[in-house]
Amino acid sequence: MLELKNVSFFKDNKHILRNINLKIDNSKLIAITGPNGSGKSSLAKIIMGIFTPDSGQILFNGQDITNLDITERAKLGIGFAFQQPVRFKGLTVRDLINIAAGNNIKLSEACDYLSDVGLCAKEYLNREITSSLSGGELKRIEIAMLAAKKSKLTVFDEPEAGIDLWSFNSLITVFEKMHKEIANSSIVIISHQEKILNIADEIVLLIDGEIKEIGNKEKILPLLLESSKLCKVMQEKGGNFNG
Amino acid sequence: MDNILDRLDSIEKHILKEIADIEKTPIGAFNIRENGKAIAKNVTANIDIIPKEDKPGIDIIIKPNTKNESVHIPVVLTQSGLKDLVYNDFYIGENSDVIIVAGCGIHNSSCETSEHDGIHSFHLGKNAKVKYIEKHYGEGSKEGKRILNPQTYIYQEEGSSFEMESIQIEGVTSTIRETTAKLAKDTNLIITERIMTHNDQTAKTVFNVELNGENSRVHVASRSIAKDNSYQEFISDVIGNTKCFGHVECDAIIMDNAKVTSVPKIVANNIDASLVHEAVIGKIAGEQVVKLMTLGLTEKEAEEQIINGFLK
Repeated sequence: MLELKNVSFFKDNKHILRNINLKIDNSKLIAITGPNGSGKSSLAKIIMGIFTPDSGQILFNGQDITNLDITERAKLGIGFAFQQPVRFKGLTVRDLINIAAGNNIKLSEACDYLSDVGLCAKEYLNREITSSLSGGELKRIEIAMLAAKKSKLTVFDEPEAGIDLWSFNSLITVFEKMHKEIANSSIVIISHQEKILNIADEIVLLIDGEIKEIGNKEKILPLLLESSKLCKVMQEKGGNFNG
Repeated sequence: MDNILDRLDSIEKHILKEIADIEKTPIGAFNIRENGKAIAKNVTANIDIIPKEDKPGIDIIIKPNTKNESVHIPVVLTQSGLKDLVYNDFYIGENSDVIIVAGCGIHNSSCETSEHDGIHSFHLGKNAKVKYIEKHYGEGSKEGKRILNPQTYIYQEEGSSFEMESIQIEGVTSTIRETTAKLAKDTNLIITERIMTHNDQTAKTVFNVELNGENSRVHVASRSIAKDNSYQEFISDVIGNTKCFGHVECDAIIMDNAKVTSVPKIVANNIDASLVHEAVIGKIAGEQVVKLMTLGLTEKEAEEQIINGFLK
Protein backbone atom coordinates (compact mmCIF):
# COMPACT_ATOMS: atom_id res chain seq x y z
CA MET A 1 0.00 0.00 0.00
CA LEU A 2 2.47 2.67 1.17
CA GLU A 3 6.17 2.57 0.66
CA LEU A 4 8.80 5.10 1.71
CA LYS A 5 12.16 4.74 0.00
CA ASN A 6 15.24 6.46 1.42
CA VAL A 7 13.22 9.41 2.70
CA SER A 8 15.28 12.16 4.35
CA PHE A 9 14.03 15.44 5.73
CA PHE A 10 15.72 18.55 7.09
CA LYS A 11 14.11 21.35 9.06
CA ASP A 12 15.88 24.47 10.28
CA ASN A 13 19.18 22.92 9.14
CA LYS A 14 18.58 19.88 11.32
CA HIS A 15 18.38 16.35 10.06
CA ILE A 16 14.92 15.25 11.19
CA LEU A 17 14.57 12.01 9.22
CA ARG A 18 17.41 9.93 7.77
CA ASN A 19 16.98 7.38 4.99
CA ILE A 20 13.61 6.08 6.07
CA ASN A 21 12.65 2.85 4.36
CA LEU A 22 9.23 1.62 5.38
CA LYS A 23 6.57 -0.55 3.81
CA ILE A 24 2.99 -0.60 5.07
CA ASP A 25 0.90 -3.38 3.62
CA ASN A 26 -2.88 -3.55 3.18
CA SER A 27 -5.05 -4.32 6.20
CA LYS A 28 -2.39 -3.56 8.80
CA LEU A 29 -2.40 -1.62 12.02
CA ILE A 30 1.04 -0.15 12.45
CA ALA A 31 2.24 1.80 15.46
CA ILE A 32 5.14 4.23 15.20
CA THR A 33 6.79 4.87 18.52
CA GLY A 34 9.91 6.47 19.86
CA PRO A 35 11.07 9.18 22.25
CA ASN A 36 10.01 12.82 21.93
CA GLY A 37 11.75 14.55 19.08
CA SER A 38 12.54 11.33 17.24
CA GLY A 39 10.74 12.55 14.10
CA LYS A 40 7.45 10.64 14.42
CA SER A 41 5.15 13.59 13.66
CA SER A 42 7.39 14.72 10.81
CA LEU A 43 7.14 11.27 9.29
CA ALA A 44 3.33 11.39 9.54
CA LYS A 45 3.27 14.83 7.90
CA ILE A 46 5.52 13.60 5.11
CA ILE A 47 3.07 10.78 4.39
CA MET A 48 0.18 13.29 4.22
CA GLY A 49 2.14 15.76 2.09
CA ILE A 50 2.20 18.53 4.70
CA PHE A 51 6.02 18.32 4.71
CA THR A 52 8.03 17.63 1.58
CA PRO A 53 11.02 15.31 1.93
CA ASP A 54 14.42 16.58 0.80
CA SER A 55 15.21 13.27 -0.81
CA GLY A 56 13.63 9.89 -1.34
CA GLN A 57 10.43 8.59 -2.82
CA ILE A 58 6.92 7.81 -1.59
CA LEU A 59 4.72 5.26 -3.33
CA PHE A 60 1.02 4.69 -2.63
CA ASN A 61 -0.52 1.61 -4.22
CA GLY A 62 2.31 1.61 -6.70
CA GLN A 63 1.88 5.27 -7.69
CA ASP A 64 4.70 7.73 -7.03
CA ILE A 65 3.07 10.40 -4.85
CA THR A 66 6.27 12.19 -3.79
CA ASN A 67 5.29 15.32 -5.73
CA LEU A 68 1.56 15.25 -5.05
CA ASP A 69 0.11 17.89 -2.76
CA ILE A 70 -2.05 17.34 0.33
CA THR A 71 -5.37 17.51 -1.54
CA GLU A 72 -4.29 15.02 -4.18
CA ARG A 73 -3.12 12.58 -1.55
CA ALA A 74 -6.34 13.02 0.44
CA LYS A 75 -8.33 12.23 -2.69
CA LEU A 76 -6.23 9.12 -3.36
CA GLY A 77 -7.20 7.84 0.08
CA ILE A 78 -4.77 9.10 2.70
CA GLY A 79 -6.11 10.62 5.90
CA PHE A 80 -4.43 12.37 8.80
CA ALA A 81 -5.68 13.11 12.31
CA PHE A 82 -3.86 16.07 13.80
CA GLN A 83 -2.18 15.81 17.17
CA GLN A 84 -3.56 19.24 17.99
CA PRO A 85 -6.89 19.64 16.19
CA VAL A 86 -7.53 22.95 14.46
CA ARG A 87 -10.35 25.27 15.53
CA PHE A 88 -12.71 26.94 13.05
CA LYS A 89 -14.92 29.88 13.92
CA GLY A 90 -18.18 29.41 12.06
CA LEU A 91 -17.78 25.82 10.90
CA THR A 92 -19.78 23.28 12.87
CA VAL A 93 -18.99 19.69 13.77
CA ARG A 94 -21.52 18.62 11.16
CA ASP A 95 -19.90 20.81 8.47
CA LEU A 96 -16.53 19.16 9.07
CA ILE A 97 -17.95 15.64 9.13
CA ASN A 98 -19.68 16.38 5.81
CA ILE A 99 -16.48 17.77 4.28
CA ALA A 100 -14.61 14.69 5.52
CA ALA A 101 -17.22 12.34 4.08
CA GLY A 102 -17.05 14.20 0.76
CA ASN A 103 -20.80 14.88 0.66
CA ASN A 104 -23.72 15.70 2.90
CA ILE A 105 -24.23 12.47 4.76
CA LYS A 106 -27.42 11.44 6.49
CA LEU A 107 -28.02 12.84 9.94
CA SER A 108 -28.15 9.34 11.42
CA GLU A 109 -24.78 8.50 9.88
CA ALA A 110 -23.18 11.68 11.24
CA CYS A 111 -24.64 10.82 14.65
CA ASP A 112 -23.10 7.35 14.52
CA TYR A 113 -19.61 8.75 14.01
CA LEU A 114 -20.04 10.98 17.04
CA SER A 115 -21.50 8.33 19.30
CA ASP A 116 -18.62 6.03 18.36
CA VAL A 117 -16.26 8.56 19.95
CA GLY A 118 -18.49 8.88 22.99
CA LEU A 119 -20.13 12.22 22.16
CA CYS A 120 -23.85 12.82 22.25
CA ALA A 121 -24.60 13.76 18.65
CA LYS A 122 -27.56 15.94 19.53
CA GLU A 123 -25.39 18.19 21.66
CA TYR A 124 -22.45 18.42 19.31
CA LEU A 125 -23.55 18.34 15.65
CA ASN A 126 -24.37 22.04 15.44
CA ARG A 127 -21.60 23.30 17.71
CA GLU A 128 -18.94 25.48 16.17
CA ILE A 129 -15.39 24.16 16.35
CA THR A 130 -14.22 26.98 18.61
CA SER A 131 -12.54 27.28 21.96
CA SER A 132 -15.91 26.53 23.54
CA LEU A 133 -14.95 22.88 22.98
CA SER A 134 -12.37 21.32 25.28
CA GLY A 135 -9.15 19.81 24.00
CA GLY A 136 -10.50 16.32 24.67
CA GLU A 137 -13.74 17.01 22.78
CA LEU A 138 -11.78 18.37 19.82
CA LYS A 139 -9.61 15.24 19.77
CA ARG A 140 -12.64 12.99 19.64
CA ILE A 141 -14.30 15.08 16.91
CA GLU A 142 -11.05 14.81 14.95
CA ILE A 143 -11.24 11.02 15.19
CA ALA A 144 -14.93 11.03 14.16
CA MET A 145 -13.95 13.08 11.09
CA LEU A 146 -11.36 10.54 10.03
CA ALA A 147 -13.85 7.71 10.56
CA ALA A 148 -16.22 9.59 8.22
CA LYS A 149 -13.49 10.13 5.63
CA LYS A 150 -13.00 6.39 5.21
CA SER A 151 -9.43 6.57 3.91
CA LYS A 152 -7.48 3.56 2.68
CA LEU A 153 -4.65 4.71 4.92
CA THR A 154 -5.24 6.84 8.00
CA VAL A 155 -2.45 8.26 10.11
CA PHE A 156 -3.32 9.22 13.70
CA ASP A 157 -0.80 11.46 15.42
CA GLU A 158 -0.98 10.68 19.16
CA PRO A 159 -4.75 10.16 19.19
CA GLU A 160 -4.89 9.27 22.88
CA ALA A 161 -3.23 12.44 24.16
CA GLY A 162 -5.73 14.55 26.13
CA ILE A 163 -8.71 12.28 25.56
CA ASP A 164 -9.77 13.00 29.15
CA LEU A 165 -12.50 10.83 30.56
CA TRP A 166 -13.33 8.86 27.49
CA SER A 167 -12.04 5.34 27.84
CA PHE A 168 -9.05 4.02 26.04
CA ASN A 169 -10.90 0.87 25.10
CA SER A 170 -13.50 2.87 23.16
CA LEU A 171 -10.71 4.51 21.18
CA ILE A 172 -9.37 1.11 20.27
CA THR A 173 -12.87 -0.03 19.29
CA VAL A 174 -13.06 2.90 16.84
CA PHE A 175 -9.77 1.86 15.22
CA GLU A 176 -10.89 -1.73 14.97
CA LYS A 177 -14.22 -0.68 13.46
CA MET A 178 -12.51 1.48 10.83
CA HIS A 179 -10.13 -1.33 10.08
CA LYS A 180 -13.00 -3.73 9.54
CA GLU A 181 -15.42 -1.46 7.66
CA ILE A 182 -13.02 0.00 5.12
CA ALA A 183 -11.86 -2.87 2.93
CA ASN A 184 -8.10 -3.50 2.91
CA SER A 185 -7.50 -0.31 4.88
CA SER A 186 -4.49 0.29 7.04
CA ILE A 187 -4.05 2.48 10.08
CA VAL A 188 -0.85 4.06 11.30
CA ILE A 189 -0.89 5.28 14.90
CA ILE A 190 1.83 7.38 16.44
CA SER A 191 1.84 6.61 20.13
CA HIS A 192 3.79 5.81 23.27
CA GLN A 193 0.87 4.05 24.90
CA GLU A 194 1.41 0.41 25.67
CA LYS A 195 -2.28 -0.33 25.15
CA ILE A 196 -2.05 0.93 21.58
CA LEU A 197 1.23 -0.88 20.96
CA ASN A 198 -0.57 -4.00 22.19
CA ILE A 199 -3.05 -3.98 19.31
CA ALA A 200 -0.54 -3.16 16.57
CA ASP A 201 0.42 -5.78 14.00
CA GLU A 202 3.82 -4.20 13.80
CA ILE A 203 5.65 -1.52 15.74
CA VAL A 204 8.16 0.82 14.17
CA LEU A 205 10.72 2.25 16.58
CA LEU A 206 12.04 5.62 15.51
CA ILE A 207 15.03 7.14 17.31
CA ASP A 208 16.84 10.28 16.20
CA GLY A 209 15.11 10.26 12.84
CA GLU A 210 16.12 6.71 12.03
CA ILE A 211 14.20 3.47 12.08
CA LYS A 212 15.98 1.46 14.76
CA GLU A 213 13.77 -1.59 14.62
CA ILE A 214 10.51 -2.96 13.28
CA GLY A 215 8.86 -5.82 15.07
CA ASN A 216 6.27 -6.99 17.55
CA LYS A 217 5.64 -5.68 21.02
CA GLU A 218 7.95 -8.15 22.75
CA LYS A 219 10.82 -7.03 20.62
CA ILE A 220 10.18 -3.26 20.63
CA LEU A 221 8.97 -2.46 24.17
CA PRO A 222 12.29 -3.20 25.92
CA LEU A 223 14.11 -1.07 23.35
CA LEU A 224 11.63 1.79 23.81
CA LEU A 225 12.00 1.65 27.60
CA GLU A 226 15.76 1.72 27.24
CA SER A 227 15.61 4.79 25.03
CA SER A 228 13.28 6.52 27.53
CA LYS A 229 15.70 5.74 30.37
CA LEU A 230 18.48 7.17 28.33
CA CYS A 231 16.37 10.23 27.81
CA LYS A 232 15.75 10.58 31.55
CA VAL A 233 19.44 10.27 32.37
CA MET A 234 20.28 12.87 29.79
CA GLN A 235 17.66 15.26 31.12
CA GLU A 236 19.00 14.82 34.66
CA LYS A 237 22.44 15.69 33.39
CA GLY A 238 21.07 18.80 31.78
CA GLY A 239 21.07 17.45 28.25
CA ASN A 240 18.24 17.99 25.83
CA PHE A 241 16.76 15.03 24.10
CA ASN A 242 13.98 16.90 22.38
CA GLY A 243 16.10 17.84 19.39
CA MET B 1 -54.41 40.48 -3.22
CA ASP B 2 -52.48 40.78 -6.52
CA ASN B 3 -48.81 40.07 -6.37
CA ILE B 4 -47.63 43.65 -6.19
CA LEU B 5 -44.15 42.52 -7.06
CA ASP B 6 -45.34 41.82 -10.62
CA ARG B 7 -44.89 45.50 -11.24
CA LEU B 8 -41.17 45.31 -10.55
CA ASP B 9 -38.60 44.48 -13.20
CA SER B 10 -36.19 41.59 -12.88
CA ILE B 11 -33.35 43.70 -11.39
CA GLU B 12 -35.65 45.05 -8.70
CA LYS B 13 -37.00 41.59 -7.94
CA HIS B 14 -33.47 40.23 -7.66
CA ILE B 15 -32.48 42.96 -5.21
CA LEU B 16 -35.58 42.40 -3.13
CA LYS B 17 -34.72 38.72 -2.92
CA GLU B 18 -31.14 39.52 -1.86
CA ILE B 19 -31.99 41.96 0.90
CA ALA B 20 -35.27 40.70 2.30
CA ASP B 21 -35.65 37.22 0.85
CA ILE B 22 -38.92 38.40 -0.67
CA GLU B 23 -40.12 36.62 -3.81
CA LYS B 24 -43.81 37.27 -3.52
CA THR B 25 -45.99 39.68 -1.58
CA PRO B 26 -44.93 39.31 2.05
CA ILE B 27 -47.38 38.22 4.70
CA GLY B 28 -48.14 40.78 7.39
CA ALA B 29 -47.35 44.46 7.40
CA PHE B 30 -44.95 45.88 4.84
CA ASN B 31 -43.80 49.01 3.13
CA ILE B 32 -41.70 48.75 0.00
CA ARG B 33 -39.75 51.81 -1.01
CA GLU B 34 -38.35 52.17 -4.50
CA ASN B 35 -36.21 55.04 -5.73
CA GLY B 36 -37.28 57.38 -2.97
CA LYS B 37 -41.01 56.58 -3.03
CA ALA B 38 -43.24 54.09 -1.26
CA ILE B 39 -44.68 51.78 -3.93
CA ALA B 40 -46.59 49.28 -1.83
CA LYS B 41 -47.88 49.13 1.71
CA ASN B 42 -49.93 46.82 3.86
CA VAL B 43 -51.10 47.24 7.43
CA THR B 44 -52.69 44.74 9.78
CA ALA B 45 -55.11 45.05 12.68
CA ASN B 46 -52.14 45.36 15.05
CA ILE B 47 -49.53 47.09 12.94
CA ASP B 48 -50.07 50.51 11.41
CA ILE B 49 -47.76 52.29 9.00
CA ILE B 50 -48.16 56.06 8.74
CA PRO B 51 -46.21 58.23 6.29
CA LYS B 52 -44.40 61.11 7.96
CA GLU B 53 -45.59 64.60 7.06
CA ASP B 54 -42.54 66.65 7.96
CA LYS B 55 -39.82 64.49 6.37
CA PRO B 56 -39.43 61.38 4.23
CA GLY B 57 -40.21 58.14 6.02
CA ILE B 58 -42.79 56.30 8.04
CA ASP B 59 -43.92 55.65 11.59
CA ILE B 60 -44.59 52.00 12.33
CA ILE B 61 -46.87 51.54 15.29
CA ILE B 62 -47.21 48.10 16.79
CA LYS B 63 -50.01 47.65 19.32
CA PRO B 64 -49.26 46.16 22.74
CA ASN B 65 -49.49 42.36 22.96
CA THR B 66 -48.98 41.86 19.21
CA LYS B 67 -47.49 38.40 18.86
CA ASN B 68 -45.95 36.47 15.99
CA GLU B 69 -46.37 39.22 13.41
CA SER B 70 -43.81 40.65 11.04
CA VAL B 71 -43.01 43.93 9.30
CA HIS B 72 -40.99 44.14 6.09
CA ILE B 73 -39.62 47.51 4.99
CA PRO B 74 -37.17 46.89 2.14
CA VAL B 75 -35.68 49.67 0.04
CA VAL B 76 -34.63 49.28 -3.58
CA LEU B 77 -32.54 51.85 -5.40
CA THR B 78 -32.08 51.38 -9.14
CA GLN B 79 -32.14 55.00 -10.33
CA SER B 80 -28.54 56.10 -10.45
CA GLY B 81 -27.48 59.42 -9.06
CA LEU B 82 -30.22 59.35 -6.45
CA LYS B 83 -29.52 60.22 -2.84
CA ASP B 84 -32.30 58.80 -0.72
CA LEU B 85 -32.69 59.75 2.94
CA VAL B 86 -35.44 58.15 4.98
CA TYR B 87 -36.55 58.16 8.62
CA ASN B 88 -38.35 55.09 9.91
CA ASP B 89 -39.53 55.11 13.49
CA PHE B 90 -40.83 51.98 15.15
CA TYR B 91 -42.99 52.06 18.27
CA ILE B 92 -43.31 48.55 19.64
CA GLY B 93 -46.03 48.14 22.25
CA GLU B 94 -45.68 46.34 25.58
CA ASN B 95 -45.44 42.55 25.55
CA SER B 96 -45.23 42.40 21.75
CA ASP B 97 -43.14 39.77 20.00
CA VAL B 98 -42.41 40.68 16.37
CA ILE B 99 -39.95 40.27 13.54
CA ILE B 100 -38.84 43.29 11.55
CA VAL B 101 -36.99 42.89 8.26
CA ALA B 102 -35.36 45.92 6.69
CA GLY B 103 -32.59 46.18 4.16
CA CYS B 104 -31.45 48.16 1.21
CA GLY B 105 -30.19 47.10 -2.13
CA ILE B 106 -28.64 49.39 -4.72
CA HIS B 107 -28.27 48.56 -8.38
CA ASN B 108 -26.12 51.18 -10.01
CA SER B 109 -24.80 50.58 -13.49
CA SER B 110 -23.86 54.18 -14.19
CA CYS B 111 -20.92 56.33 -13.24
CA GLU B 112 -22.96 58.45 -10.85
CA THR B 113 -23.20 57.89 -7.11
CA SER B 114 -26.26 56.27 -5.56
CA GLU B 115 -26.79 56.63 -1.86
CA HIS B 116 -29.33 55.48 0.70
CA ASP B 117 -29.24 56.64 4.29
CA GLY B 118 -31.80 54.87 6.43
CA ILE B 119 -32.27 56.30 9.88
CA HIS B 120 -34.19 53.89 12.05
CA SER B 121 -35.33 54.21 15.60
CA PHE B 122 -36.85 51.46 17.73
CA HIS B 123 -38.80 52.31 20.86
CA LEU B 124 -39.48 49.10 22.75
CA GLY B 125 -42.22 49.12 25.38
CA LYS B 126 -42.03 47.04 28.55
CA ASN B 127 -41.29 43.35 27.94
CA ALA B 128 -41.43 43.78 24.15
CA LYS B 129 -39.37 41.40 22.08
CA VAL B 130 -38.03 42.24 18.63
CA LYS B 131 -35.93 40.39 16.12
CA TYR B 132 -34.57 42.84 13.57
CA ILE B 133 -32.85 41.72 10.39
CA GLU B 134 -31.09 44.23 8.19
CA LYS B 135 -29.28 43.35 4.98
CA HIS B 136 -27.31 45.63 2.71
CA TYR B 137 -26.36 44.79 -0.81
CA GLY B 138 -24.98 46.55 -3.85
CA GLU B 139 -24.45 45.60 -7.48
CA GLY B 140 -23.68 47.22 -10.79
CA SER B 141 -21.23 47.00 -13.61
CA LYS B 142 -19.74 50.48 -13.79
CA GLU B 143 -17.73 52.79 -11.57
CA GLY B 144 -20.73 54.52 -9.95
CA LYS B 145 -20.46 54.50 -6.19
CA ARG B 146 -22.99 52.67 -4.03
CA ILE B 147 -23.16 54.21 -0.60
CA LEU B 148 -25.21 53.10 2.40
CA ASN B 149 -25.06 54.93 5.70
CA PRO B 150 -27.59 53.42 8.10
CA GLN B 151 -28.18 54.77 11.58
CA THR B 152 -30.00 52.73 14.17
CA TYR B 153 -31.26 54.00 17.52
CA ILE B 154 -32.57 51.48 20.02
CA TYR B 155 -34.42 52.53 23.18
CA GLN B 156 -35.33 49.61 25.42
CA GLU B 157 -37.76 49.87 28.31
CA GLU B 158 -37.76 47.49 31.25
CA GLY B 159 -37.76 43.79 30.46
CA SER B 160 -37.51 44.20 26.68
CA SER B 161 -35.19 42.35 24.34
CA PHE B 162 -33.84 43.30 20.93
CA GLU B 163 -31.94 40.99 18.64
CA MET B 164 -30.34 42.60 15.61
CA GLU B 165 -28.73 40.86 12.67
CA SER B 166 -26.90 43.18 10.35
CA ILE B 167 -25.40 41.82 7.17
CA GLN B 168 -23.47 43.43 4.35
CA ILE B 169 -21.76 40.90 2.16
CA GLU B 170 -21.35 42.43 -1.25
CA GLY B 171 -21.07 45.40 -3.49
CA VAL B 172 -21.29 48.42 -1.19
CA THR B 173 -18.61 50.99 -2.06
CA SER B 174 -18.68 52.80 1.21
CA THR B 175 -20.66 52.54 4.39
CA ILE B 176 -20.75 54.12 7.81
CA ARG B 177 -23.02 52.18 10.12
CA GLU B 178 -23.87 53.70 13.44
CA THR B 179 -25.88 51.96 16.12
CA THR B 180 -26.80 53.59 19.42
CA ALA B 181 -28.67 51.85 22.21
CA LYS B 182 -29.90 52.78 25.66
CA LEU B 183 -30.98 49.96 27.91
CA ALA B 184 -33.22 50.09 30.98
CA LYS B 185 -33.63 47.49 33.73
CA ASP B 186 -33.66 43.75 32.89
CA THR B 187 -33.17 44.29 29.16
CA ASN B 188 -31.21 42.24 26.69
CA LEU B 189 -29.60 43.41 23.46
CA ILE B 190 -27.90 41.04 21.03
CA ILE B 191 -26.22 42.39 17.91
CA THR B 192 -24.71 40.14 15.26
CA GLU B 193 -22.85 41.80 12.42
CA ARG B 194 -21.37 40.27 9.27
CA ILE B 195 -19.39 42.36 6.81
CA MET B 196 -17.32 41.57 3.76
CA THR B 197 -15.54 44.21 1.72
CA HIS B 198 -13.76 43.91 -1.65
CA ASN B 199 -11.74 46.07 -4.03
CA ASP B 200 -11.40 49.62 -2.70
CA GLN B 201 -14.50 49.49 -0.49
CA THR B 202 -14.59 51.01 2.96
CA ALA B 203 -16.81 50.04 5.88
CA LYS B 204 -16.98 51.70 9.25
CA THR B 205 -19.08 50.41 12.10
CA VAL B 206 -19.77 52.29 15.30
CA PHE B 207 -21.61 50.87 18.30
CA ASN B 208 -22.54 53.03 21.28
CA VAL B 209 -24.34 51.18 24.02
CA GLU B 210 -25.36 52.61 27.39
CA LEU B 211 -26.30 50.08 30.03
CA ASN B 212 -28.40 52.24 32.32
CA GLY B 213 -30.71 49.78 34.07
CA GLU B 214 -29.85 47.06 36.54
CA ASN B 215 -29.30 43.64 34.98
CA SER B 216 -29.18 45.01 31.46
CA ARG B 217 -27.09 42.92 29.09
CA VAL B 218 -25.55 43.49 25.70
CA HIS B 219 -23.69 41.10 23.44
CA VAL B 220 -22.16 42.42 20.23
CA ALA B 221 -20.56 39.89 17.88
CA SER B 222 -18.99 41.30 14.75
CA ARG B 223 -17.31 39.13 12.15
CA SER B 224 -15.83 40.63 9.05
CA ILE B 225 -13.65 39.81 6.10
CA ALA B 226 -11.60 42.47 4.33
CA LYS B 227 -10.30 41.54 0.89
CA ASP B 228 -8.26 43.23 -1.87
CA ASN B 229 -7.52 46.89 -1.01
CA SER B 230 -10.53 47.43 1.20
CA TYR B 231 -10.53 49.13 4.59
CA GLN B 232 -12.66 48.44 7.64
CA GLU B 233 -12.96 50.16 10.94
CA PHE B 234 -14.77 48.81 13.98
CA ILE B 235 -15.46 51.11 16.89
CA SER B 236 -17.40 50.13 19.94
CA ASP B 237 -18.11 52.00 23.10
CA VAL B 238 -20.02 50.21 25.84
CA ILE B 239 -20.77 52.11 29.01
CA GLY B 240 -21.90 50.30 32.14
CA ASN B 241 -23.61 52.68 34.56
CA THR B 242 -25.01 50.09 36.95
CA LYS B 243 -24.97 46.38 37.67
CA CYS B 244 -24.87 45.09 34.12
CA PHE B 245 -23.08 42.82 31.68
CA GLY B 246 -21.52 43.73 28.35
CA HIS B 247 -19.61 41.54 25.92
CA VAL B 248 -18.18 42.76 22.62
CA GLU B 249 -16.45 40.36 20.23
CA CYS B 250 -14.85 41.66 17.09
CA ASP B 251 -13.24 39.16 14.73
CA ALA B 252 -11.76 40.15 11.41
CA ILE B 253 -10.07 38.10 8.72
CA ILE B 254 -7.73 40.16 6.63
CA MET B 255 -6.69 39.18 3.09
CA ASP B 256 -4.58 40.58 0.25
CA ASN B 257 -3.76 44.26 0.89
CA ALA B 258 -6.74 45.03 3.07
CA LYS B 259 -6.50 46.98 6.31
CA VAL B 260 -8.58 46.70 9.46
CA THR B 261 -8.71 48.89 12.55
CA SER B 262 -10.49 47.83 15.71
CA VAL B 263 -11.07 50.35 18.47
CA PRO B 264 -12.54 48.82 21.58
CA LYS B 265 -13.73 50.95 24.44
CA ILE B 266 -15.48 49.78 27.57
CA VAL B 267 -16.33 52.09 30.41
CA ALA B 268 -17.42 50.90 33.85
CA ASN B 269 -19.03 53.59 35.99
CA ASN B 270 -20.21 51.17 38.65
CA ILE B 271 -18.47 48.49 40.69
CA ASP B 272 -20.99 45.88 39.54
CA ALA B 273 -20.56 46.56 35.85
CA SER B 274 -18.95 43.57 34.15
CA LEU B 275 -17.64 44.34 30.68
CA VAL B 276 -15.56 42.31 28.24
CA HIS B 277 -14.09 43.22 24.89
CA GLU B 278 -12.38 40.71 22.63
CA ALA B 279 -10.84 41.78 19.35
CA VAL B 280 -8.96 39.55 16.93
CA ILE B 281 -7.57 40.50 13.52
CA GLY B 282 -5.59 38.07 11.43
CA LYS B 283 -5.26 36.26 8.15
CA ILE B 284 -6.81 32.84 7.59
CA ALA B 285 -4.77 30.45 9.72
CA GLY B 286 -2.54 28.27 7.56
CA GLU B 287 -3.34 25.23 9.67
CA GLN B 288 -7.07 25.65 8.96
CA VAL B 289 -6.40 25.49 5.22
CA VAL B 290 -4.09 22.49 5.67
CA LYS B 291 -6.69 20.67 7.77
CA LEU B 292 -9.38 21.08 5.13
CA MET B 293 -6.93 20.04 2.41
CA THR B 294 -6.27 16.80 4.30
CA LEU B 295 -10.02 16.21 4.03
CA GLY B 296 -9.82 16.54 0.25
CA LEU B 297 -10.54 20.22 -0.48
CA THR B 298 -8.24 22.27 -2.70
CA GLU B 299 -6.57 25.31 -1.19
CA LYS B 300 -9.14 27.60 -2.85
CA GLU B 301 -12.11 25.48 -1.73
CA ALA B 302 -10.69 25.40 1.79
CA GLU B 303 -10.48 29.21 1.90
CA GLU B 304 -14.04 29.50 0.60
CA GLN B 305 -15.33 27.11 3.26
CA ILE B 306 -13.54 29.05 5.98
CA ILE B 307 -14.92 32.39 4.74
CA ASN B 308 -18.47 31.12 4.23
CA GLY B 309 -18.50 29.50 7.64
CA PHE B 310 -17.09 32.61 9.28
CA LEU B 311 -19.79 34.81 7.76
CA LYS B 312 -22.63 32.36 8.33
